[in-house]
Amino acid sequence: MAASGSSLKSYLLVRIAMVIPTILILLTLVFLLMRVAPGNPVTAALGGHAPPAVIKELTHQLGYDRPLYQQFGLYVWHILHGNFGTTITDKRQVTEIILQNGAATLELTVAAMIVALLVGVPIGLLAGRFRDRPVDAVTRLFGVVMYAMPVFVLGLLAQILFGSILNWLPISGQASPLTTALMTTHTNILLMDAVIDGNWPAFWDVFDHLILPATTLGLVFAGVFIRLVRVNVIRTLKDDYIEAARARGIRERAVVYRHAFRNALVPVITVIGLEVALLMGGAVLTETTFNWPGIGHALYIYLENRDYAAVQGIVIVFGLVVVASSLVVDFISALIDPRMRYK
Amino acid sequence: MSAASPTPSSAAARPRRALAPGLGRALKPIAEARGFARGMLWSGAILTGVFVFMGIFAPWLSPYRYDQYQLKGAAFPQLAPPSALHIFGTNVQSTDVLAQIIWGAQTELEVVALALIFALTIGVPLGLIAGYFGGIFDRILVLIMDAMYAIPPLLLALVIAFLLGSSITSGIVVAACAITIVYVPQYFRVLRNHVTSVREEPYVEAARAIGAGPFTILRKYIFFNVIQTIPVLATLNAADAILTLTGLGFLGYGVQPTQGAEWGYDVSRAVGDAASGIWWTTLFPGLAIVLLVTGLTLLGEGLNETINPVLRQRATTHMNMDEEDPA
Repeated sequence: MAASGSSLKSYLLVRIAMVIPTILILLTLVFLLMRVAPGNPVTAALGGHAPPAVIKELTHQLGYDRPLYQQFGLYVWHILHGNFGTTITDKRQVTEIILQNGAATLELTVAAMIVALLVGVPIGLLAGRFRDRPVDAVTRLFGVVMYAMPVFVLGLLAQILFGSILNWLPISGQASPLTTALMTTHTNILLMDAVIDGNWPAFWDVFDHLILPATTLGLVFAGVFIRLVRVNVIRTLKDDYIEAARARGIRERAVVYRHAFRNALVPVITVIGLEVALLMGGAVLTETTFNWPGIGHALYIYLENRDYAAVQGIVIVFGLVVVASSLVVDFISALIDPRMRYK
Repeated sequence: MSAASPTPSSAAARPRRALAPGLGRALKPIAEARGFARGMLWSGAILTGVFVFMGIFAPWLSPYRYDQYQLKGAAFPQLAPPSALHIFGTNVQSTDVLAQIIWGAQTELEVVALALIFALTIGVPLGLIAGYFGGIFDRILVLIMDAMYAIPPLLLALVIAFLLGSSITSGIVVAACAITIVYVPQYFRVLRNHVTSVREEPYVEAARAIGAGPFTILRKYIFFNVIQTIPVLATLNAADAILTLTGLGFLGYGVQPTQGAEWGYDVSRAVGDAASGIWWTTLFPGLAIVLLVTGLTLLGEGLNETINPVLRQRATTHMNMDEEDPA
């Protein structure tokens, strides 16, 4: 145990070193996918009506007429310098899209994750504690149905019920047009911008717009947490130290709440990181359903306009976020649980 | 790797042993399933069965064709609420919602079956070979598959469908290919890890000692041991694949409306209806997705709890040791 400090350090270094080939292969895969596809990206983006001279000029300007290996080298070189390319259709920097639309996606996904944890963890604990009782059966069914529910179906049903029948909540966009017009931009995250300005009417307007999309996305992910927490509670309740705690005469309630639940929640951290990939896929659908101006919505529009450069840049950014979050999760679990480091 | 020469001819010449006892033994845990697992297994099988039935007999079950918008010259009403003529109402394209759902079952099952076949034929051999031989081939494959994990599944499928959409005309094949790419890494990873752990088992060692070649060992000794995890994984993946397919359809990159009914696409056409409180165009296709995915999930989880000895719960009062037949 004397070397535990250095073993943590070496584990982290190895883990970081392992990320480099993953990223390189990710970049290569995306590049190959976009280039192997038939057709000239410029023609695809401009449509069939552009004059050939314009297409030729733009193709040359964007480097699509160079040999493939040169294109690849340039592409990797640019990405290493934080340049994810420029869209063909509207000449925006991909980094600019990430900064502007990413804030909306961040707001949505963080809020959704909070909803997922608030709903999923208590229900999972309850189901695991009362395994095979009616409450467990109901929760498991709820978990399965939530998993089976596409986020866009849940979103539309929520829109119909809370938006158009009950008329309680707005069903589209991130804020009312009036609010957007009157707000000043600091972080692009509207909730924070409203707080910074102390603009409470704007804050509540943004908050109202956030409720339906975040709850929709969050509920779908709550299913994952319910299943995970339930299994972990069942597993920890069988562990030796629980038996030992019982043998020491600690009351059953205290055994369950202090010992079992706490340990059952550690893997949740790992899973949050693993769910980032799924959460992003869900965000694309949620953003499209609720007309939410995030990266997923931007991707949807660029796909429709057949803008290969934009699609390539956005997909890479999504991939990098997933790689980074799995790295962070591994760091955290290595810090919490020493057993991880020796795997 | 070991230098044993492959002897495919001698292995192929031997007649295959009767499948029946093996099948009986494989199905035994299912017959013995109890309690919750049994309930899940049966309700899952029934739900899935209903949709398979719907898919196969769609032309006879459905009141109209999926792209039919008129009957004997009289056009269907647009966005009509459920009525006797259209039990689930009609949608914005004046087609019958019930017909869309019944024909949709056919599309979903076709795509998922095709994707499953593709993914298994690619993932299983790659996993077997990489796991057994190891080496540089294995390292590279693992790296590639790991990098593929980094792209969110729906996004990967979306990009593939987007790229293939312009060169392959059949939407069903495009969607199946897109879904295949998402699931190949899973089969690869599961099989590869399983093979790596089984590779050094004494019975494999023994087979090697009597001079069996690597491909004989893979086919006769390892394959049937590691393949047992596949039915559970495939069923659960099928559930997930339906979600991916409907997600693609919702974004407009799945099966095109001229080629077949697709639930995700139907829901995407209902986005505009939500603001005016029209519920039948969302609720019914949505319900179909939920029920089919739930059915497949229950089936998969039920199978898992039945087959997986760690999770298996048998009737505890029913312990006849001599019941073990030596087949």
